[in-house]
Amino acid sequence: MNLSEIILKKNYLLFGIGVMMLAASYFFPIWTIDLNAPQYPEGMGLRIWADEIRGAGEHDLNNLNKLNHYIGMKEIDPDAIPELKIIPFIILFMVLFGAVVFITKNKKLLLAWNIILILFLLIGLYDFYMWEYDYGHDLNPNAPIKVPGMAYQPPLIGSKQLLNINAVSLPGIGGILIFLSLASASFSYGVEYIKSKRVKNVK
Amino acid sequence: MLKKNLLAPFIFSVMLSIVFIGCADNGSKPGTSDAAEKVYVAPGEYDEFYSFMSGGFSGQVTVYGLPSGRLFKVIPVFSQFPENGYGYTPETRPMLQTSYGEIPWDDAHHPELSQTNGEVDGRWLFINANNTPRVARIDLTTFETEEILEIPNSGGNHGSPFTTMNTEYIVASTRFSVPIPQKDVPISSYKENFQGTLSFIKINPDNGHMDIAFQILVPGFDYDLAHAGKGPSHGWAFFTSYNSEQANTLLEINASQNDKDFIAAVNWKLAEEYVKQGKGKEYKSEYYSNRYNNETHTAVSEKREKVLILDPADCPGLIYYLPTPKSPHGVDVDPSGEYIVAGGKLATVIPVHSFSKMIKAIENKDFISDMYGIPVIKYESVIAGEVENCGLGPLHTEFDGNGYAYTSAFISSEVVKWKLGTWEVVDRIPSYYSIGHLMIPGGDSQKPFGKYLVSLNKITKDRYLPTGPELCQSAQLIDISGDKMKLLLDFPTIGEPHYAQAIPAEKLMNKQVKIFELEKNKHPYGVKSEKETKVERKGNDVHIYMTTTRTHFKPDNIEGVNVGDKVYFHITNLEQDWDIPHGFAVKGMRTAELLIMPGQTRTAVWEPQREGVYPFYCTDFCSALHQEMQGYIRISGKNSNTKLSFN
Repeated sequence: MNLSEIILKKNYLLFGIGVMMLAASYFFPIWTIDLNAPQYPEGMGLRIWADEIRGAGEHDLNNLNKLNHYIGMKEIDPDAIPELKIIPFIILFMVLFGAVVFITKNKKLLLAWNIILILFLLIGLYDFYMWEYDYGHDLNPNAPIKVPGMAYQPPLIGSKQLLNINAVSLPGIGGILIFLSLASASFSYGVEYIKSKRVKNVK
Repeated sequence: MLKKNLLAPFIFSVMLSIVFIGCADNGSKPGTSDAAEKVYVAPGEYDEFYSFMSGGFSGQVTVYGLPSGRLFKVIPVFSQFPENGYGYTPETRPMLQTSYGEIPWDDAHHPELSQTNGEVDGRWLFINANNTPRVARIDLTTFETEEILEIPNSGGNHGSPFTTMNTEYIVASTRFSVPIPQKDVPISSYKENFQGTLSFIKINPDNGHMDIAFQILVPGFDYDLAHAGKGPSHGWAFFTSYNSEQANTLLEINASQNDKDFIAAVNWKLAEEYVKQGKGKEYKSEYYSNRYNNETHTAVSEKREKVLILDPADCPGLIYYLPTPKSPHGVDVDPSGEYIVAGGKLATVIPVHSFSKMIKAIENKDFISDMYGIPVIKYESVIAGEVENCGLGPLHTEFDGNGYAYTSAFISSEVVKWKLGTWEVVDRIPSYYSIGHLMIPGGDSQKPFGKYLVSLNKITKDRYLPTGPELCQSAQLIDISGDKMKLLLDFPTIGEPHYAQAIPAEKLMNKQVKIFELEKNKHPYGVKSEKETKVERKGNDVHIYMTTTRTHFKPDNIEGVNVGDKVYFHITNLEQDWDIPHGFAVKGMRTAELLIMPGQTRTAVWEPQREGVYPFYCTDFCSALHQEMQGYIRISGKNSNTKLSFN
């Protein structure tokens, strides 16, 4: 049996691993924002999980909010972000749906799983961008530090200098797992698609 | 013609003197980029060692980096420290409590690091108060004084706090003998009434708490310094004494008459047995134990009423006297634990006793006499060797772990390097000037780090830019990694550094506390958030539960306080970020300003004297809006009815 035969045969196993990676993403930060400033040689940062926002260090969130009050940014309060309550259920739904796909081995359901995950990801990234936009632009007009024309929106991905702070935004382990999950699921669908073409050709 | 004839010899003599001056100067100036490279710690890089120096008459401990000689911190210990409120605030005043009341100063001599298996372990640093006998313990995760224990039945606590090899005990000996217990007697009745004590202070291995396990009553000499045995001599401790003449006046003459004084060798493991057998007697002795707690952020003073005393007359084999030439000062035990080196400060040799010979002499009862029931071992039976040509006024010896010893010679102002076993002097280097103690990192432990030696000098004279009659004190860093000692650096110190200790940086730097957890703050007047801030009146006491955070006080406007009230500003620093302390000061406050670490609570007590509105502000530049960190308290007339309010 050569490699392509193995892939053809065990294709759904690959999909199953992808679903498990999606499930695992719940246990790791999905996105990370790291902040560096001259006064913070030790660095500080945020870790965005499916269901909460934590500091990279124990007190980073608290300290970041303290710094942000100078520019009038709203306090980052994880309890005030409804998405953090919804995302775990989306992951749960996708994992259960994935289990159905795995058991039935239905190609159309596999396609649907792929499309829904892509939709969720796009919505999620857009939503994340909008939160960043909101924090960066909706500033208290009475803030002590006002720089005309300055907004403090951190980058979606990549780095950006915001006054004395350099913000670096990257997917975390959870985020990488979700992308890998999508990659393996779409690969699985691709294989299924080729398989069905072959069957047609043979006919 | 005459002029011409004299010119040549004149030029010759000028040139000759330049040559001589040049030669004479060579020793004091390293003059090579080699030395500069060895002490240069580039910006942002770290020193190899933390060095803890006694502040002497400043009563504090200072922390320096080696090899750079840079000062990092002054740790307040026995003296009030107005820059952060130590010894002024209700939280820290109990640290300075003694049976004589609060004493805001002392004379601190000998820092000593805790040890495990004979090696410095970086748990705690101990230091003695010479004047009002006390020992302090500094925690090396916070670099703060956590405990001070008064030592009763002591006339002056010079010979302390030297540790046993697992810090089972630190020892302390009384420099001055006094009547024990104290009583009103003629000074001339010295020989009849005066005695000394050697104290063994038990260290709790879990929390470092210090308690006096027992004291040993000893003949009325002056007990000077000490060191505990290690390796084979573990279980013994050695104490130098002078004034075996028992003079009570003009000691410089009268205490220098005997050819030999004594080192007292104490078998403390046997002392433990005697204590178990109930040989100790309880003496009524009033003294204080003061302990600081990092969760209540408050020290508590506890009065103790009695202490257990062993009398060598009831405890045979507890102490032996080793005759030692001429008023010995330091007593230092080499890393192997075999050699006991004495600094006979008026002697022309350094006597080195042998522990194994001492044990043999005790077995053979090789005694020449008996002093107040304590056997005196024959000098020839205990001596291992004498270091000849050791310089004048040898005081202290440290070891490099490679078979060499280094002795400070005060009068000839030099460090003398000699070999253990052969007793020959192999090198010497001048100190500028009049060295007292010297220190090699780990140099009194079983594992010295024999790379650097610090000479701790008593006289400074022309070494730095002059600053009027009072000059800085001086330390000198010497490279001892090669065969020849090399002077690398002079650096000034705060107060008089008697002794010092040092430890490799990696043993401490990664366990430093950065903030105190606000959640664990159990200060009775501490608060966890701005919502809990309030002002309460209890009779004439006004308690303000205040917070600091970047960049404001809460509350920052307070009214309803009258002349005659006592105002307590209980301030909790809500910050949980590294290196963000806040300060506090109110106009006309007669105590001290505060420095409040993140998560800590401190109290400033203020008694307003006159009506008016008084500003308060943050004294530590905390952030971009530090200058805005201020507030007002309104003071109304005595018995005024201004409503208590705050926001």
